[in-house]
Amino acid sequence: MNRRSSWAIPYFIFMLIFVVLPLVMIMLYAFKDSNGSFSFSNIATFFQQKEAVNTLIYSIEIAIITTLLCLVIGYPAAYILSRKDLNRSAVTIVLFIMPMWINILVRTLATVALFDFGKIPLGEGALIFGMVYNFLPYMVYPIYNTLNKLDNSYVEAAQDLGANPIQQFVRVIIPLSKPGISSGVLMVFMPTISTFAISELLTMNKVKLFGTTIQENINNGLWNYGSALSLIMLVLIGVTTLLSYSGKGDEQSAGGLL
Amino acid sequence: MKKFLAQAYIWTLLLLLYAPIIIIMVFSFTESKVLGNWTGFSTKLYSNLFTVKESGTTFAVDTGELVVRSAPQGVSSSLFSAIENTLLIALVASIISTALGSVAAIGIFNLKGKKKQAMYFLNNIPMLNPDIITGISLFILFVAVGLTQGYATIILAHITFCTPYVVLCVMPKLIQMNPNTYEAALDLGATPLQAMWKVIVPHIRGGMVSGFLLSFTLSIDDFAVTLFTKGNEGLDTLSTYIYADARKGGLTPELRALSTIIFVIVLVSLTLINVYSIYSKRKNIKKQYWRYDKAS
Repeated sequence: MNRRSSWAIPYFIFMLIFVVLPLVMIMLYAFKDSNGSFSFSNIATFFQQKEAVNTLIYSIEIAIITTLLCLVIGYPAAYILSRKDLNRSAVTIVLFIMPMWINILVRTLATVALFDFGKIPLGEGALIFGMVYNFLPYMVYPIYNTLNKLDNSYVEAAQDLGANPIQQFVRVIIPLSKPGISSGVLMVFMPTISTFAISELLTMNKVKLFGTTIQENINNGLWNYGSALSLIMLVLIGVTTLLSYSGKGDEQSAGGLL
Repeated sequence: MKKFLAQAYIWTLLLLLYAPIIIIMVFSFTESKVLGNWTGFSTKLYSNLFTVKESGTTFAVDTGELVVRSAPQGVSSSLFSAIENTLLIALVASIISTALGSVAAIGIFNLKGKKKQAMYFLNNIPMLNPDIITGISLFILFVAVGLTQGYATIILAHITFCTPYVVLCVMPKLIQMNPNTYEAALDLGATPLQAMWKVIVPHIRGGMVSGFLLSFTLSIDDFAVTLFTKGNEGLDTLSTYIYADARKGGLTPELRALSTIIFVIVLVSLTLINVYSIYSKRKNIKKQYWRYDKAS
């Protein structure tokens, strides 16, 4: 039986080459100057450029606002969908997931079309609106999943012990749905912080996000500087992941798409 | 009342979510270049989608004074090849991912302790990595190694971000499996390979199928990773084609028809999958009931 553990080896080697090595290379490039010697100059350049720093801060703001809006709008939806007495049909949940199967660029362009149609100016408001549009399903689905599996006897116990509906919700249901919330937050925050094309299309290049800054630098051949920027984003993502997984590590919640 | 409010909330959200898609669908039935401008019902965008325009150029016949300019019919061959590329890449990448991921899942399942944890951790990295980082890091790798970017690099990149999902789809099936069945097959004289093929594979088949489907959709949907790994030889998938198109200003009208078709395919297949799963659940219950009936 144990001999088959060696079956993990090809995948392990594959991951080393295509996941670990590229990340190590980003780090190496980030700490190299144009002559190829070790230096912190790329990171230093970033912190000296006011525009780039501001773009990063702005992107974080946008991502936080988008994530919060998705949570505020998505949680009630997930809650309603999970309650058998409020929603009996399985069709609605499928309807919520379905937009995820449509190419994100097509969805974005459709949103732009909607704004054009309603004569809504393309700008910051449109950007946030469009992002919430695009990423709402990613918030609803994981929360729905945890709420659906939630053992109803906890809620009944709270009821028996005299909790009113609001107390039940705040002190029992929300804490029990935390794994879903954290994976939903991750699944919305990650793409919004790192997006580049979507923001370009939604605002006709009026608003620039950090992802666009990275992409521009790489496209212009500034690989060392671009790598340094990527590294900064990587650190940001790492911190977010650690924060949201600091509770219980749930191996499978992050991939619970299908 | 409560139920009414809840339903109203859900359906308002859904209406908002689907509004852009509905607009695209409605305006796929009119010829106008600009979206939102209705110029009468027509299915020309659909018929255009299935006719390839001659080498993507408008051909003008110069007859002395008079220039007869024939209107371009059909879509450019570049859109056509973008669709082909998307499907081909998705198919190859998801087949390889499914194979690699299933084998890996069996391996990881049989690992213990720290090694298992390490593999889980490795497996999580590509899923948590933002697309842009995956794309850039692979781009740097390919450039450093000196690999010419094209089909091969896109497929390698797609395998990289698809395989972890296959592992996650197959793993629960392995955990649910009774390990004794494999041993029993060996005791009954099956070779390890036979036992593998006849016992383990049927057990994990469901996970492999959903891993394959997930990989396929992830690959078709991918944009950022493809953009960085496609090189600059003019190779495009649907995503990168749409991106380039949108940046040039305005979406090719035919893409409205294409999006509608894709959406309908997704709608139909999801409906079928759901109907099938409900049906097979019912059948299972019936079967169990029947067994119970016999036993008593």
